[in-house]
Amino acid sequence: MDRKIRVVVAKPGLDGHDRGAKVIARALRDAGMEVIYTGLRQTPEQIVDTALQEDADVIALSILSGAHNHLFPRVTELLAEKGVDDILVFGGGVIPEEDIPFLKSKGIAEIFGPGTPTQVTVDFIKTNVKRK
Amino acid sequence: MDDSCAALAEQCVAGNIRAIARFITLLENEDTQAFAALNYFKDSGQAAQVIGITGPPGSGKSTLTDKLVAGFRAQGRRVGVLAVDPSSPFSGGAILGDRLRMQRHATDPGVYIRSLASRGALGGVSRVTGAAVQVLEAAGYDRILIETVGVGQSEIDIVKIADCVVLVSVPGLGDEIQILKAGIMEIGDIFVVNKADRDGADRVVREIRAMLETQYMLAAGQKPHAEPDTLAGRMFEESVTGHHGNTGGHVDGYGDAPGAAPVLKTIAENGEGVADLIKAIEGHFARGISSGAMASRRLERVRSQLQDLVSAQVMQSIAGEKGSGSLDDLATQVVERRLDLYSASKLLLSRYFQGEKR
Ligand SMILES: Nc1nc2c(ncn2[C@@H]2O[C@H](COP(=O)(O)OP(=O)(O)OP(=O)(O)O)[C@@H](O)[C@H]2O)c(=O)[nH]1
Ligand SMILES: [Mg+2]
Repeated sequence: MDRKIRVVVAKPGLDGHDRGAKVIARALRDAGMEVIYTGLRQTPEQIVDTALQEDADVIALSILSGAHNHLFPRVTELLAEKGVDDILVFGGGVIPEEDIPFLKSKGIAEIFGPGTPTQVTVDFIKTNVKRK
Repeated sequence: MDDSCAALAEQCVAGNIRAIARFITLLENEDTQAFAALNYFKDSGQAAQVIGITGPPGSGKSTLTDKLVAGFRAQGRRVGVLAVDPSSPFSGGAILGDRLRMQRHATDPGVYIRSLASRGALGGVSRVTGAAVQVLEAAGYDRILIETVGVGQSEIDIVKIADCVVLVSVPGLGDEIQILKAGIMEIGDIFVVNKADRDGADRVVREIRAMLETQYMLAAGQKPHAEPDTLAGRMFEESVTGHHGNTGGHVDGYGDAPGAAPVLKTIAENGEGVADLIKAIEGHFARGISSGAMASRRLERVRSQLQDLVSAQVMQSIAGEKGSGSLDDLATQVVERRLDLYSASKLLLSRYFQGEKR
């Protein structure tokens, strides 16, 4: 039995649209991954606890509301607090170019803008997943 | 058993969430060390009450599970949830969306929720769901809820795992009861008509009740026109006179009608009827334990699991062999009419047992 990559797709923040998150969830499923879809308005605490209970390899964060500089680092902080270093975290959504270096310095592995082809994200996960 | 799996099993028993999650993944990946380490759980923890929630797609199973979790938490229980969704037959991937409706419990340390992909299993649960129950039981969860994939009529493997099966239906599926026909009615211990805020819920309740009564009478070897002074007859009378007629979502089906399963209405979205559902579940366990039915059900379940496991292992071993007397060889001989099917099966089995002795 081949190992399935498990991805928690979460939308932190208060905006009420999850179309982007759903598109990525479908693309990852079609690439053979198991996607745990958690829906809108998730707190960083919910996202991290979900990832642990689900034994996720990857957390994919999607955001439109502009609170990424606060919410994304909070996720990686909580993971570090719990001693977790083998979950790949990346983000997507509307995020200004100038914020990306800061987010990467906080352990967000990559940021994908709105126009990113889903295949790029799929390949990124397959290459960078920490647990083989 | 490999040391790392034993250590992981020990952490599961201690209630470590990451260990539990990792262990279930190993089981999903058919890791033989993890299966061997299940041995570690055989006498850990207390027997949990295992409750299956099944029913057609979109009937409200996840929403109801969320409310049941809240109800059991209010009683101070530790609750484990295993939520199964289908894998894509094309990519092998899956979107597991059940826990979306349960996320308010995500950070509650007394609740563990795990989504499982069916991975090609057709019975409504995944192959490791039963083993995952053992892990959660050993980790001290005393209520374990299993949400099956949305089922049609033949996905009934939940009966092999759960002590209590809640069968959820809804009004407005067209030919309401159709969805519950053939096979699936038999597995319900408790029947829930969810979305009772919609028109037609009472009709579905009546139809289910009528169907259950017919089933019960057939099982009792009586015609539906039995004398009113027999049990079956009394149940029939009740259904006609509406004596047991349930319009308020309350629990019934107890007392003088031991064969009849409770049928109740819920509105999972706002929690209406859920307290009664919990009472019905408690009633099911209380009666099952005092009558001994629960114990014999568990025995029967383990028997059937054991049979499945043994035949799977025998088949696996037989399928791996090549050459003269192998599965392929004997099948060819049957096709060429040099051997009959029955004799071929005997030959395969005797070959298997010889192989075991080697
Ligand atoms: N009107 C009404 N809608 C409900 C009720 N319970 C659930 N729903 C809605 O029905 C839809 C499906 O609910 P779920 O709980 O996801 O159903 P499910 O059976 O788990 O679905 P699958 O897992 O996909 O088979 C959601 O939009 C719910 O909000 C109810 O009592 N009344
Ligand atoms: Mg569901």
